[in-house]
Amino acid sequence: MSDTRTDEDLPGAEATSTASRLFDLRMIIAVLFTIYGVVLTIMGFTSTSDRDLDRAGGLNLNLWSGIGMLIVAGLFGLWVFLRPLRLPTEEEIEASPATPTHG
Amino acid sequence: MNLAVVAQAQRLDAKPIDYTLLAIYFLIVLGIGFLARRSVASSLDFLLSGRALPAWVTGLAFISANLGALEILGMAANGAQYGLPTVHYYWVGAIPAMVFLGLVMMPFYYGSGVRSVPEFLMRRFDKTTQRVQAVAFAVASLLIAGVNLYALALVMQALLGWSIPVAIVVAAAVVLSYTTLGGLSAAIYNEVLQFFVIVAALVPITVAGLNRVGGWNGLTDKLSGSSGGSDQVNAWPAVNLTEIDSSFLSVVGIIFGLGFVLSFGYWTTNFAEVQRAMSARSMSAARRTPLIGAYPKALFPLIIIIPGMIGAALLPELQKLKSGGDTDVTYTDTLPLLMGQLLPNGVLGVAIAGLLASFMAGMAANISSFNTVFTYDIWQDWIRPDLEDRYYLVVGRVVTVIGTVIAVGTAFIASGYSNIMDYIQTLFSFFNAPLFATFILGLFWKRMTPTAGWTGLVSGILAAFVVDRLVAGGVLGLSGQGGAFVGAGAAFVVDVLVSVIVSMATVPKPDSELRGLVWSLTSKEDRRSAMSSEDAGWYRSPPLLGGGVLALTVLLYVAFN
Repeated sequence: MSDTRTDEDLPGAEATSTASRLFDLRMIIAVLFTIYGVVLTIMGFTSTSDRDLDRAGGLNLNLWSGIGMLIVAGLFGLWVFLRPLRLPTEEEIEASPATPTHG
Repeated sequence: MNLAVVAQAQRLDAKPIDYTLLAIYFLIVLGIGFLARRSVASSLDFLLSGRALPAWVTGLAFISANLGALEILGMAANGAQYGLPTVHYYWVGAIPAMVFLGLVMMPFYYGSGVRSVPEFLMRRFDKTTQRVQAVAFAVASLLIAGVNLYALALVMQALLGWSIPVAIVVAAAVVLSYTTLGGLSAAIYNEVLQFFVIVAALVPITVAGLNRVGGWNGLTDKLSGSSGGSDQVNAWPAVNLTEIDSSFLSVVGIIFGLGFVLSFGYWTTNFAEVQRAMSARSMSAARRTPLIGAYPKALFPLIIIIPGMIGAALLPELQKLKSGGDTDVTYTDTLPLLMGQLLPNGVLGVAIAGLLASFMAGMAANISSFNTVFTYDIWQDWIRPDLEDRYYLVVGRVVTVIGTVIAVGTAFIASGYSNIMDYIQTLFSFFNAPLFATFILGLFWKRMTPTAGWTGLVSGILAAFVVDRLVAGGVLGLSGQGGAFVGAGAAFVVDVLVSVIVSMATVPKPDSELRGLVWSLTSKEDRRSAMSSEDAGWYRSPPLLGGGVLALTVLLYVAFN
């Protein structure tokens, strides 16, 4: 079991590359909700029947859910934009608990 | 809670668009598994995410790990059956314990650098205690994972017409793929994703449902006038939930039985959740994990219990059930029935994805905590020690596969019984009560000896088992819920008594070995967390976060009474 870890060993080491930007969980959430939001909003406009409206007490559920999801996706995207992932600094690596030695 | 098969008539009218939305979700879940694999280089990465995750991720994963089938279907069912008193499971039965975990216990878990709860017990007591706990936990995890899998399969069969064996295998295969590839990181990232999808599924149900019944007032009016009465719209004294006739004793039962023994026992020691906090990137992040998770947890009743109540007010099948009529619908069918009643195709697809997400979250959490405990506490510390880390990384992966296969097996066993759900829940709470007793006593009483560690645990488990058999045999005249409270209480008391007696007769560890493991021997500095650089900011202060969520809970109680 290694006791020291260099920058390259840390899981966050690829933080500056595009691949890891894609792996930013916030991006993934944003992507999923964008897809859902677009699909639902379109459905809200095109394929909502009267029966659908009645069952939800008059609400166009697809439309509103779709819009809501697009807003959530937007918020996550904004978060990623304002606070992108970055490599932990030297001090933070020092400060984090050492890999426990075994035995 | 009985998981009966939903009748043919209630099958959801899922169209291709719903399946498409579901498929997109699955693709992303698997994708996360693949991406996480690239960051796995050691067993610590695989089993504890290299301790590098930010607090908001671990915080949401913390509660998402708990949002399995039992929680989602079960809390909606309880909302339909009992109404508002169900909130106690959250506001008294979870929040205070989560705050306690974050503020008081996390410094010991995280600061000691241990990789699991049994390993903490090894440091505080001895190897025997570690092994007893590891085995108990491993068995319980696999049983619970299997039940989650079975619940998933039942829902899939009822909603989409898949046969149970097919559904079990498909679900297991999906969870297995991403947990084997990406380890704990994949499980945690997916849990966070699952949290948002679950919320995205439940909010439309709640909003549409409230709209249908005429808002909150419409809901309370309808319920007060129905069978079940106004007990359903008042949180206290919750006599219908506890089945204790006296209002005073009912309140006491809730606060001490549910609020203290059962809830503290679960939230402060259950490794499936604690593991998420342990994988945080710093002490401050670890402490904040349960605190951050407590906020959505406190608000969750609004989107899970209210739908249950709406179900009781809206669905004729449930009203028939409540008034004692003849029907083959059970309370567990509440959420699926509501989905069929309220949601158009489109949102329906998201809701199905949300349900599946919750089942997978629960199962993945059990499997990932199982494989950490098995790999470190049973394999590395007991059966095959002192090999290089690469070996244990492989073991971790193999154990994940084997664990999932066993869970599939326990799922099939579960399908053979009708009330194994109750049994499993009781069993699990039994393991937590003695563990909590041993843990708390060991934390605050340094005189407690290693021998007392495992003897206390074993006696506590035995006591709970005895109570359970007495209840099952009708000797103790209690119903399921009351029996669990008494069993947990007995386990706690017996554990403490035995531990004290044994400690008096055996030798404790020297103080030098207990630093950082016992309250009185751990300095205040070690118990605090850093407030610098990434952990800085008034909003990152654990005491503030803890106080804040407690205040929120009180406000919610005031609002809903």
